[in-house]
Amino acid sequence: MTATLTREETSSSPTSRLSTFVGRHSSMMPTFAALGILVLLFIGGEAFLRGDFVTPRTISNLLLDNAYLLVLAVGMTFVILTGGIDLSVGSVMAFTGILGARMLAEGTPAWVAVPVMLLGGAVIGLMIGILVQYFNVQPFIASLAGLFLGRGLAYVVSLSSIKVEDPAILWLQSTRIRLGDFFITPTGIIALLTLAAAAFVLQFTRFGRTIYAIGGSEASARLMGLKVARAKLLAYVISGTCAGLAGLLITAYSGAGYPRNGVGTELDAIAAVVIGGTILTGGRGYVLGSMVGVFVYGTIKTIISFMGAEQAWMQIIVGALLLVFIVVQRAIVAKAEPTR
Amino acid sequence: MRNILRHRLMWPATALVALIVVNTIASANFLKITVNDGELYGALIDILRNSAPLMLVALGMTIVIATRGIDLSVGAVMAVSGAVALQFIAGSADPTAVGTVAIAVVIAVLVALVLGAWNGFLVSVLGIQPIIATLVLMLAGRGAALLVTEGKITTVNSAPLKFLGTGYAVALPVAFLIAAAAVVAVALVERRTALGVLTESVGINPEASRLAGVRSRGIVWGAYAVSGVLAGIAGIIYAANTSAADANNAGQFIELYAILAVVLGGTSLMGGKFSIAGTVIGVFIIQTLNSTILFVGIPPAQAPVFFAVVVVIVVVAQSPRIRGLFGRLTARRDRAAKAEVAS
Repeated sequence: MTATLTREETSSSPTSRLSTFVGRHSSMMPTFAALGILVLLFIGGEAFLRGDFVTPRTISNLLLDNAYLLVLAVGMTFVILTGGIDLSVGSVMAFTGILGARMLAEGTPAWVAVPVMLLGGAVIGLMIGILVQYFNVQPFIASLAGLFLGRGLAYVVSLSSIKVEDPAILWLQSTRIRLGDFFITPTGIIALLTLAAAAFVLQFTRFGRTIYAIGGSEASARLMGLKVARAKLLAYVISGTCAGLAGLLITAYSGAGYPRNGVGTELDAIAAVVIGGTILTGGRGYVLGSMVGVFVYGTIKTIISFMGAEQAWMQIIVGALLLVFIVVQRAIVAKAEPTR
Repeated sequence: MRNILRHRLMWPATALVALIVVNTIASANFLKITVNDGELYGALIDILRNSAPLMLVALGMTIVIATRGIDLSVGAVMAVSGAVALQFIAGSADPTAVGTVAIAVVIAVLVALVLGAWNGFLVSVLGIQPIIATLVLMLAGRGAALLVTEGKITTVNSAPLKFLGTGYAVALPVAFLIAAAAVVAVALVERRTALGVLTESVGINPEASRLAGVRSRGIVWGAYAVSGVLAGIAGIIYAANTSAADANNAGQFIELYAILAVVLGGTSLMGGKFSIAGTVIGVFIIQTLNSTILFVGIPPAQAPVFFAVVVVIVVVAQSPRIRGLFGRLTARRDRAAKAEVAS
């Protein structure tokens, strides 16, 4: 009895220091939690699979296999930070992917096809943004229209898959840049560059800070004289453009455009963003957290395929993980609210 | 005349009538209903029968949306309930017995009730945002359904089950009668008791209605439970239609179509005032549009483009900006009319 008491007393000062740290950086906590889960997953994978899991190959493949999801999650983070949501990204990715594949198959040079893909994504994003900003349509419904539009247009472009033979697009995937035992492909570099650019924009530019301000309180942001309309519109355009870029990455990855690509991928992207610690009501979160979320998602997928378990477990585990994270977030928000 | 024009069901009803007119012009057979052995057949009857699962799901969605929520898990709940029911029938000693099917239906609906109550618990007790709370089940539910069916498509040969999907009673499809009964039951409970008003008050201002003594927690919880049960029934009808439980495809995208039906019917996603009649019209618009698209010969895969156009037109027409424009136009006309009378 006394022993526990003294132990509590002696440990009280680091605990209080920890609680001060947690209090000051409460918005970072979910991201740290996601990082913790990622480390646990690695340790667990290593233990279960007898040392075959954490190899340079697996880790390199993690980025390779999830480059498109990382780009989608980056775009989604912008939208979710404003308090919105973008359900269209999966089908926009399918649309731009098949559009690019068809253009290349018909002999359009890659330097024309790729900008057209990005533009296609941006235009759908702009449409959603206009509906949200100027017609007061809820982001959920506006992006639902984008989801239907993207999926339908993908099938309008082609009802079946189209093989890509353009050397420039295939180069994106087949090149392996060696870094010791690790390797990275140009698709991975594109995804990481997108991430770095997004992190920079969100942390250090006026536009980025406006995004956070809108998520905190749109009315206050407007009263502060921030350009709310422009920033919100841009958030959806960025998400659309990222979806267009993801279309390029997935087309390069699979070597073909396929109109059924990315069914339900928007949910994976949202799940990754939420697991990475961005709060769905907006205003709090980090794009680097979204990267951690994507890697958590990718690692679970890898472990499941290593174990040879049914893919059904993937959905159940991601659902359960999502639940754990939102309950944790809920607790953090509830704790932080009175002090604000 | 003005009252009719301003009625909130005016636009959805016009859209439905317009669709039916277009179809009739395209093919005179569209409105034709033939009687065969005391059972009705025809394109319109097909629409009634095929709309049953969406009708049930959209009905539950209306109540959930009225509480300022949303239920994304309905498609997954449909998959689970269909899987549970068919797996039970397939594993039973006598798959063709009425009793077996009845027990299977009860078990499946109970499972759906538990899933709905789970959503309600997350939203009303833990206070998690509805979109994300139901997203959990939307992701995990389909996985669970796959585990129930062991990753296969379970098929059964059971006459009583088939009756639920494709049978007829009093000259009408059974599936439609089940959906209609559900609509009447929910409408009676919501509109003939205070429950509907309380639901709307929770949707308009949860905090104020709690302070006013409305048990908002129970109402929200109940709404998700009802949505789960209705999705469960929809799942059984969907599975009965083909006598197969397909965990991957059952109820796919139905949450989106259900939300669309509710919004088309004039219920705002912001919660509060809801219209069951509007939802019914919304469901028929979607189902008729679907048949139209098939009828015109457009590949079904490309149909979403049309739904996107419909969504955009409807939401833009309902937006404050466009309404304000219309309001100003009519106000100016009113003033002009008055000025004429005065002079």
